[in-house]
Amino acid sequence: MPAAAEADLLLVLPLALPLLACALGAVLWRFPMAQRGLTLAAAFALLVAAIALLAHVAARGGPVASQMGGWPAPFGITLVADLLSAALVAAAALVYAAVAVYGCADGPTEREEQLYHPLLSGLMLGVCGAFLAGDVFNLYVWFEVMLIASFGLLAVGGGRAQLDAGVKYLALNMVATTVLLFAVALLYGMTGTLNMADLARRVPEVENRGAVAAVALLFLGAFGMKAAAFPLFYWLPASYHTATPQVGAVFAALLTKVGVYGVFRLFTLVFAGTAEWMPWVLGAVAVATMITGTLGAVAHWDVRRILAFNVIGSVGVMLVGAAVATPLAIAGAVFYVLQDVLVKANLFLVAGAIRRAGGSYALARLGGLWRREPLLGLLFLLPALSLAGLPPLAGFWGKVLLVRSGLEAEAYVIAVAVLVAGLVALYSMLRIWTEAFWKEAPEEAPLAPHRMGAAERWLMLGPAAVLALLTLSLGLWAEPLLAFALAAGEQLTAGREAYLNAVLGGAAAP
Amino acid sequence: MDELLALAFGALLAGGTYLMLARTLLRVAVGLLLLSNAVNIAIFAAGRVLGRIPPLVEPGAQALAAGTANPLPQALILTAIVISFGLTAFSLVLVHAAHRAYGTVDPDALREAEPPGLPAADPAAAAAAEPPTRRPPPTPAAREAA
Repeated sequence: MPAAAEADLLLVLPLALPLLACALGAVLWRFPMAQRGLTLAAAFALLVAAIALLAHVAARGGPVASQMGGWPAPFGITLVADLLSAALVAAAALVYAAVAVYGCADGPTEREEQLYHPLLSGLMLGVCGAFLAGDVFNLYVWFEVMLIASFGLLAVGGGRAQLDAGVKYLALNMVATTVLLFAVALLYGMTGTLNMADLARRVPEVENRGAVAAVALLFLGAFGMKAAAFPLFYWLPASYHTATPQVGAVFAALLTKVGVYGVFRLFTLVFAGTAEWMPWVLGAVAVATMITGTLGAVAHWDVRRILAFNVIGSVGVMLVGAAVATPLAIAGAVFYVLQDVLVKANLFLVAGAIRRAGGSYALARLGGLWRREPLLGLLFLLPALSLAGLPPLAGFWGKVLLVRSGLEAEAYVIAVAVLVAGLVALYSMLRIWTEAFWKEAPEEAPLAPHRMGAAERWLMLGPAAVLALLTLSLGLWAEPLLAFALAAGEQLTAGREAYLNAVLGGAAAP
Repeated sequence: MDELLALAFGALLAGGTYLMLARTLLRVAVGLLLLSNAVNIAIFAAGRVLGRIPPLVEPGAQALAAGTANPLPQALILTAIVISFGLTAFSLVLVHAAHRAYGTVDPDALREAEPPGLPAADPAAAAAAEPPTRRPPPTPAAREAA
């Protein structure tokens, strides 16, 4: 197969597979078990396709682009994969597969007849599309695809709490996408182009620097709201804890990451060096996000609420990479984002298993799980300690790079904030550990303690075990991912020209 | 023409923001609709209002003639209209479902995801503040059967 056709195929497959699963799943809505098989097949096929794409991008040593319909670059729709986006697609596929397996632990549920599976595939379509989009308008469209699927996933088959959460989630996220579309319109008005590589060439030529900075702030606001950055995160703790474990895992692992990815893509490619004060804004947002997120986690006594606030705290840590913006900082953020996808999916799946084994999410009603389910305890402890950034787990290495880059850039406040946020996150995680696993079971249990059957246990804990083992092995054997993250950081900073050449075909600026 | 578009944008933005501040979910949904239409006008203005000639390339020519309309904003707006139509339809259904479940459309009265009393000082108080897990409202088919 010629190289160009191979790149085309590899870039289209991560979109075609979820789309196909979505369409077929909608046809099969009456048959939950058939839909399950379809989701499993699509998830593992997507995983294989994403790994092939990642290997292709890594082998090429530079970004890979494909022009849809053969329209030349600044005019048509472009799909681009560099190391960061290919790795994120692979991580997303892994979460999709883990959730697909986890969902088989129960018998067929009513939700599955209410289009749960097509919506999940639609969500993956939006997520993969956003990672691979080569122009800002398509980025917006993929955000909307992801958003409408996530509204559905949150609301279908739900009760009163889900409706309450859905209303708030919908209203605030629709404002965010409207702001995003407005920012896209202004950027188009200033430069006459939407292609991100073309924008990278034209935005520095715009004379009205104040307008460019204003548009950059609008993008930051829109992506920040998606990513649940301070002060725009209120929708997240109001909604994530009401989702089912599978949906919560996908939301926590992927949705905020897409917002973070948007910040990284635009602020390294298009808005690099827009204004002197921009790193200060990003740094303040990052520090405030991680401190408020982790402190919020400490204020709660419910497993899911604690995890939801920790999602916010981690977003702050990732944004440090965009604030410091040296190659080392971006490498640290890439490392942290990738391990955080695994950790967040793992924690929410384990929370579902805690609910199953202990009968509640409220810490007051839980206890004694370590004695009854030691494997569950281990599977909670590994991602929880990685979230806090303790060695030898994967989160430690991401934070090492971020703190070191902060110290090298003399951004001491940021470096200290990362460490403090790690400590507070550790405290909130250990609270779940001591209350749910270590203390004696309370006298009056809300529901009769449930003893998990063998098949149920393996289907629920198997995906969590794979994710936890990956977190552990990425911590113990961090060298390959570290080298990968450094290469990705290099691509996003010094290697910008390679991205432009891959998309625009090496054509000189007109 | 640009002035008119700017005025329309401002009016829609102001109306949309005003409605979104209301304590009625239906008004919030209409406010979001107005807001997305304000942005559609912004896209239209961003593409410059150049002329009235349809953007078709004459046979034999390589580019559009002077004075043709810019086709790209129209494609963008068409996409945005379809998206906002879908989202508005969904939000109206969600508001309807919330009204059926809670009997009100006042967003301040929807407190089940974030109950009053949280965050609490100790685990027992936090557990007590959580609403009891209730079954989802019956579907119309189930109600008919009952």
